[in-house]
Amino acid sequence: MSTNEKPGKKPGEVETTGHVWDANLQEYNNPLPRWWLWGFYATVVFAVVYWFLYPAWPVGGSFTKGFNTITFMDNGEEVTTHWNTRSLFAQDMQTGRHAVRQREMLDKVGAMEYDDILADVDAMSFVNAYAKGSFGTWCAACHQTGGAGVIGLYPNLRNDQWKWGGTVAQIEETLTLGRNGYMPGYRESLNRDQLNQVASYVLSLNGYDMEGDAVAAGEEIFTGPLGGCFQCHGMDAGGLPSQGAPSLNNNLWALVDVPGAASDEERVSRVASFVHDGIQRVMPAFADRLSETEIKVLTAYVHSLGGGQ
Amino acid sequence: MKHESVETNAGLLIILTLAVISVGGLVEIVPLFYINDTIEEVEGVRPYTPLEQRGRDLYVREGCYTCHSQMVRPFRDEMLRYGHYSLAAESQFDHPFQWGSKRTGPDLARVGGKYSNEWQVQHLINPKSLVPESIMPGYPWLATTPLDYSDIEKRMIALKRVGVPYSINRAEFEANVERFGEETAIMLDINRAEDNLVRQAQQGNFDGDRSFISEMDAMVAYLQVLGTMVDFSQYSEGYFAEFR
Repeated sequence: MSTNEKPGKKPGEVETTGHVWDANLQEYNNPLPRWWLWGFYATVVFAVVYWFLYPAWPVGGSFTKGFNTITFMDNGEEVTTHWNTRSLFAQDMQTGRHAVRQREMLDKVGAMEYDDILADVDAMSFVNAYAKGSFGTWCAACHQTGGAGVIGLYPNLRNDQWKWGGTVAQIEETLTLGRNGYMPGYRESLNRDQLNQVASYVLSLNGYDMEGDAVAAGEEIFTGPLGGCFQCHGMDAGGLPSQGAPSLNNNLWALVDVPGAASDEERVSRVASFVHDGIQRVMPAFADRLSETEIKVLTAYVHSLGGGQ
Repeated sequence: MKHESVETNAGLLIILTLAVISVGGLVEIVPLFYINDTIEEVEGVRPYTPLEQRGRDLYVREGCYTCHSQMVRPFRDEMLRYGHYSLAAESQFDHPFQWGSKRTGPDLARVGGKYSNEWQVQHLINPKSLVPESIMPGYPWLATTPLDYSDIEKRMIALKRVGVPYSINRAEFEANVERFGEETAIMLDINRAEDNLVRQAQQGNFDGDRSFISEMDAMVAYLQVLGTMVDFSQYSEGYFAEFR
């Protein structure tokens, strides 16, 4: 007897498939394991039950709809349809646990005044949770996830620098209607020296130690008819939110990268070239895309980021 | 035994294997071609203009679909983030469609109009300059490469053959005027494709440089139209469920 025979049944005791390869290589035809076979029958039964409950078989230009139904409100009327993911979605948006809870909170916050929202712990925890998502979707692409903005491009929302004002009413207006920021370039009205003088003056307002003559000359341009900067930025350079003109005396920089400059010359040249070029920036309007309540929630959130006034 | 003749004949085995495994796909896909409600009745969906279509070609060329899907599913979380779920009608003129299932980046089915042209241009050139945590690579060459639209007519004719209603003769043009309105029908006229493309690129000024038509113009034009054709405020919550 050969020694490499497998233990268990020998050929002949169990039926083989009848295939013979290479003279003596055969294949057992064992019955399927019982558990496997019953599992298979169970899937067949499942499929048949499924056909009756859910949309299943195509028939002509339509299909069998199944007996399972979904009920939801459509235009104030209750409608019942066969089971499908779109009706399921409509139902979930109307009666789903999370949707209902969210709507309750939105209604509650929507009915509150800003002062009450900002003082109410529950309302603010909802605002923070909800607006984190909608800020991420609508605002973060420009103002960044945390609201810190991109210097030179998109304003920081976490500090005290506000072009269009940082009160809730002003933030709400900015979100609702959008803003068109514009500062003309002074490439024709000011020469290189004068641009540098204005830059020196503005930097001196922010605590930089600049050369006295240039500062004095710059002040004259800033507050006089030649530059006319005061018309938007104010005589004290404190800014004018109705014009979208930021204050220029708090050492907070949104569009000119002064903090990133290494020397006084570089700071002057960066401010001067900004004044030379001017700028135009657009904040989009969200009135058509977000509901009043969503704008309210976002306003409260932005106000609470750190710079709200 | 019959088994043996199949198992010992490799060619027959391959053919029969393919036949068996294709059944699963065929019974799911084929009925969609003749079920009446597969494509919803909805206003506003039109084929892409020549410029948008070239942008779409670039989208495919650059492999955007490997990370971005174009299919908002009917779930609450997706609706809150992206907007209304996608309709079959909205991709009826896509060949091939860009639904995808891999979302390394966000879904783009409704990205149109969400960001400004300037943002899109800056973001395509260097995504990290706007979104520091982004892992999307930059595509700076789009802004510097002139758009090749010498074969735009041929591309439209090819799409016409697979069912996109671009028009090449008077009768087809009239049919498009009827179906989409005159303004759109003109954009879908193959004979005017090149003029239309140049005009849209110059008027739209998608890349901020009117002097030259770059690949960026086409890409941004395409991105800005995605998901914007249907005005969903016209339809009630249950309307699109009627088609399922």
